[in-house]
Amino acid sequence: MIANFGIVLGEWRSLATGFLNTVWICALSGALSLLLAVFVSMLLVSRRHGVRRSTQGVVDVLRAIPFLMLLFIVYYCLPTLHVRLSSWTCGLSALIVYNTAYFAEILRGAWSHLPHEQEEAGRAYGYTGLRLYRRIILPQIFIAAGPVLGNQMITLVKNSAFLMVITIPDLTFMANQVQAIYFVPFETILVAVALYWILCSTIEWTVRRMDRVALVRGHE
Amino acid sequence: MAWNSLLAELARGTVTTVMVSLAGIVVGMVSGLALALLRAGGVPVAAHAIAVYVSVVRATPMVTLALLIFFGFPALGLALSPLVAAIVIISINTSVFQAEIWRAALLDFPRGQLDAARAGGMTPALTFRRIVFPQVWRASLPALVNEMSLVIKGSPAVAVIGVVDLTRVAVRWTTLTYEPIPPFLTATVIYVVVVMSLIRVQRYSERRLVAKYGTL
Repeated sequence: MIANFGIVLGEWRSLATGFLNTVWICALSGALSLLLAVFVSMLLVSRRHGVRRSTQGVVDVLRAIPFLMLLFIVYYCLPTLHVRLSSWTCGLSALIVYNTAYFAEILRGAWSHLPHEQEEAGRAYGYTGLRLYRRIILPQIFIAAGPVLGNQMITLVKNSAFLMVITIPDLTFMANQVQAIYFVPFETILVAVALYWILCSTIEWTVRRMDRVALVRGHE
Repeated sequence: MAWNSLLAELARGTVTTVMVSLAGIVVGMVSGLALALLRAGGVPVAAHAIAVYVSVVRATPMVTLALLIFFGFPALGLALSPLVAAIVIISINTSVFQAEIWRAALLDFPRGQLDAARAGGMTPALTFRRIVFPQVWRASLPALVNEMSLVIKGSPAVAVIGVVDLTRVAVRWTTLTYEPIPPFLTATVIYVVVVMSLIRVQRYSERRLVAKYGTL
């Protein structure tokens, strides 16, 4: 068993590559989907009935299907509609679209709990439209939704492992390769699990730190 | 190939997805409760070990766990068939989340009731069965149903180790016919129906419990 861990350590380059790929895939798609979610959340509270209902419908469907389903839909169905994407583009866009739905719903939820007076006070001071959203509403819902967004970020990391299915060399994919070459499956995947644990714990720790900062600034 | 056989295949895949998830949930519920009790009971070494175990498994992606069980366990001399492995994978994954749900309910449990039960001469086992469980169960139910919809959404991970669940049926149909849109669209609809009805059940059970007991 110890010797087997030695074999895994000898292949640390492969696992490190996979780990770094997982990290940047998650960081990039997390950042982009948060940005998109800000806009989608505005559609979710739009005063136009049609816009609100149709956006909510899409978000609800995305939140009801497994990530692997969406990944396969992008990977298999788009080519038949003459959209050809590399597996990297497929994987990243599926991850971004899927998470945008969750992030947007989280932001909408936080927004609906924001006291209405905040918006009215903003309007009374002459803030309208995007500026009202950016300066008054967004900072508050970000702080309120912080921990939930952090949890969703951890879910994103875990969903990113599905990308191995379409041969993206993430941590799980690389671990699977190493175990197949040397036939030390238990030890290799255990090391991958430990790396995922470090990544998720870091996210959790960061969120807790940010939460404390919010508390100091007088938010609950 | 005809719609009829596609629908039959998808129906079989749906049954596999639901059965495997259900089996995992039931096993996960019992082992989750056991983990939560051991942890809440503060058994010296076990409580710490369980805290670490829960933290690690919670951070492990379902696919990675699937590979660990399906490829890693045989190397330790414990080979499992794909279907059994699938149930084990789902149970391990959901048990830690359910342990957290039970733990939250147990931590919220009013101490005064435990003291009262002891003063009334109840043994710890009897206290748990008659006093703690009936109330904790009620408080956890909505979260447990929510966990079921998360399990359904995580279940395609077992397609990776060769279990022909709903997702894998759609993939198989695609590779046979080169027509991905009918199977994937239908499978999507099925997932949406299953998950949304679970959400319905959750809201309904929550309302019923509140109506009956005043609180959860």
